[in-house]
Amino acid sequence: MLKLNINGIEREVDAPEDMPLLWALRDVLGMTGTKFGCGMAMCGACTVQVDGVPTRSCVMPVGTMVGRRITTIEGLARDGQPHPCQRAWMELSVPQCGYCQSGQLMSASALLATKPEPSDEDIDAAMSGNLCRCGTYPRIRSAIHRAAELAKQEGIDLARAIGAPEARPEPQPVSQEEEP
Amino acid sequence: MTDTLSRRTLLRAGLAVGGGLLLEVSLPVAQAAGKPASPEPFAPNAFLRIDPDDTVTLVVARVEMGQGTVTMHAQLLAEELEVDPASLRVEFAPADRRYDHPDMGIQLTGGSMSTPGSWEPYRHAGATAREMLREAAARTWDVPKAECTAEQGTVVHAATGRRLRYGELVEKAARLSVPSVTLKTKDFRVVGQSVPRLDSAPKVDGSAIFGIDVRVPDALVAVVVRCPVPGGSVKSFDATEARTRPGVLHVVQIPSGIAVVAKTYWHALQASRAVSVEWDEGPLAGFSTDALLETHRRLLREGKGVRVRDSGQADATFGKAARILEAEYSAPFLAHATMEPQNATAHVTDSRCDVWAPTQGPGMAKEQVKRVLCYADEDIHIHQTWLGGGFGRRISQDYILEAVHLSKALSRPVKVVWSREDDMRHSPYRPAATHRVEGALDEAGHVLGWRHTVVSQSLFSEVGQDYVGALLAGAPGFVKSATASLAINAMGSKDITSFEGVDSLPYELPHVAVDFIRHEPGVPVMFWRSVGHSHSAFATESFVDELAHAAGEDPVDFRRQRLKYQHRHRWVLELAAEKAGWGTPTPPGVFRGVAVHQSFGTWCAAVAEVSVEGTRIRVHRVVMAVDCGRVINPNLVQAQLEGAAIFGLSAALGQRISLQEGRVQQSNFHDYPLLRMNESPRIETHIRFNEAPPTGVGEPGVPVMAPAVANAVFAATGRRLRQLPLSLG
Repeated sequence: MLKLNINGIEREVDAPEDMPLLWALRDVLGMTGTKFGCGMAMCGACTVQVDGVPTRSCVMPVGTMVGRRITTIEGLARDGQPHPCQRAWMELSVPQCGYCQSGQLMSASALLATKPEPSDEDIDAAMSGNLCRCGTYPRIRSAIHRAAELAKQEGIDLARAIGAPEARPEPQPVSQEEEP
Repeated sequence: MTDTLSRRTLLRAGLAVGGGLLLEVSLPVAQAAGKPASPEPFAPNAFLRIDPDDTVTLVVARVEMGQGTVTMHAQLLAEELEVDPASLRVEFAPADRRYDHPDMGIQLTGGSMSTPGSWEPYRHAGATAREMLREAAARTWDVPKAECTAEQGTVVHAATGRRLRYGELVEKAARLSVPSVTLKTKDFRVVGQSVPRLDSAPKVDGSAIFGIDVRVPDALVAVVVRCPVPGGSVKSFDATEARTRPGVLHVVQIPSGIAVVAKTYWHALQASRAVSVEWDEGPLAGFSTDALLETHRRLLREGKGVRVRDSGQADATFGKAARILEAEYSAPFLAHATMEPQNATAHVTDSRCDVWAPTQGPGMAKEQVKRVLCYADEDIHIHQTWLGGGFGRRISQDYILEAVHLSKALSRPVKVVWSREDDMRHSPYRPAATHRVEGALDEAGHVLGWRHTVVSQSLFSEVGQDYVGALLAGAPGFVKSATASLAINAMGSKDITSFEGVDSLPYELPHVAVDFIRHEPGVPVMFWRSVGHSHSAFATESFVDELAHAAGEDPVDFRRQRLKYQHRHRWVLELAAEKAGWGTPTPPGVFRGVAVHQSFGTWCAAVAEVSVEGTRIRVHRVVMAVDCGRVINPNLVQAQLEGAAIFGLSAALGQRISLQEGRVQQSNFHDYPLLRMNESPRIETHIRFNEAPPTGVGEPGVPVMAPAVANAVFAATGRRLRQLPLSLG
């Protein structure tokens, strides 16, 4: 049993150490926001942040993740407040099919955490590992600039805008109530 | 796989658009039956229902694969129903003949036909409900209906200031007969507005459930080992080793190969590598795409095609020409490469089959599942999910049948997940095509005649049977006879999907002849975003450019002069040229190319600005113009054009599926490249607004990209690139 810190919560994961983090998230923990695209770190659909660094979870053995801080798309919003990237993405209607967008957002929010006002060249460098078959690149670029602008206007510290930073214990499963 | 969710919770939790969208679509009747105590919802037709709590549910008959179908349908319904489109609760339609496409006669999403197909029915659905609600209010207040106005989800009696919410009126409205209605023709309130996409929220927080995300309790995950040669089959296999691998529960032979069924995808994938199979490689065992091109060339030389267009006296004209310009264009097989790999979850019991899958054809899925299981219609339930891209790939239901076979064999739910390599190597492809084009010129270099032969594979030979099967199952007699003649005609030697866009060559030329040679190599093929236009526009728009240069004329002027009576072609051509600054200086080293093409009832033009560094082609800027009739949502139209530009450029600049010894040579994104952020040009899109009936925009932006870039490369280098993908190497 591996203990992982995912989105600020200590999770126990019953998975072999060589299983990629992606499948531990998706098939073991049921966290399906992180997507499978290529299985060889070519497309970025599986991007999560490990200690704040965008990481391709499809090639990252889960055994190496113990003691690291893992943030997935489910943990991008902080205290129920969408990340400025999520707001900008909605404002500009960025997603088409939407499948790659979890990965795009994890890469973009990591970029903004280190470069709150990125240039187009910074965006090219940070985002070229994330493929989008629908071709939303022009809107992703605009939305990153827009997120930077929103953060500036509202005094949001983009280095601290991502998810819950500290680990909390795993919540006990709650029994599913039938609807009346 | 660990699961804490109950089945019921899973079905409930499903998808969320705004208020929440259920995986299990409960039809009004079923819901009423299941909840006898609650008041009946008002469901005047298959496309909407209104609950007493004011919830308006939109049932979207077409699938959402990114093209904006949810938002577009919400706008159509909201326009006439007088509600805010963002307030609608959205459900995907189940597989049910009530949701057949009105023109295709089948429940399918494709062909850029959702907008034209839903333009009337969804507004009609909204208007019908609105009129019944007004009538209900008029009766409640005992005032003339003419004094009752629908606005913002309420009916108002202005004279007395009385107002009733739709929810308060549904009980009464449900008892009224369905009236005939007149639709708005002007003063649109929602149609024409850039309503923000309604599906953004669940797509930015990871909560949207794509097919691959469906989790049915107790489901196992399967990876299928398939024959390296398409169409091959299993002779024998040894799974002794695979069965001992951790997490593996079953190894099962199914028609498409050997399935390894395990606790998780990872367990199944690892163990699948330990299966050893002896294959019968089938008829494609020695096939190569290099040889196919030679075959195409031989067939073009032999020239025994079926004439599909003959205007003027082309053959005679060529006998009298002072000079003949001749060119051959070729296009390879192409994979769709949806970001979400193919997958499906099936749960087959003795009496019922449930399928959760991203499919463009729920109706086709149902028919094909029915054939496998021999179950009655009402026992097969196809649950639609969000699609992680479609582009035509998911008109094929192959992955769904795998899941059904496995769940039937194992008597428990099974999810089949294809690896990217599976998807690249075992999918049906855009057919390869080769074009031979000749221009008859007079002594001054002016074009008199155009002779064009296309050799390619028929799409309908591949999908025709399934399509017709689904089309005709349970269809009323008149639909049957009308569609059968259409389909059978299409499946014959004049399969328009092979030469569409060539036969409709728009230029005013006295003599045009188009021939089609059908050649069936047996490679699995499928509709691919923009279908035949994806290669035919490359040939026609490149050759027009060649003719312009042969005549010493400007490529835009040359086209414009010959599109005098083709107003919509000319409009988009002129708009793109003007916005791109055609004829004005470009930055140093940057050159322009142009193309214009009509497909799927929509006109599109593009100007590409390109530089060449060594053998590298770099596209800096793309300016597009479109005429798709009345625009329902300009922002969605622009998004589709942007996406089509990048989709088209990806194909033009680097994509190719090649086979050697029957084996697909590409496997993943390193050898089947998609354009990346740093390669993506600046894209400007312009709409030529008018009030013609609306047409679709999912595909028409793709065909113009390859020729616009190739023509720009010619301007830059003097080299004519006639083979896709474009290469200066």
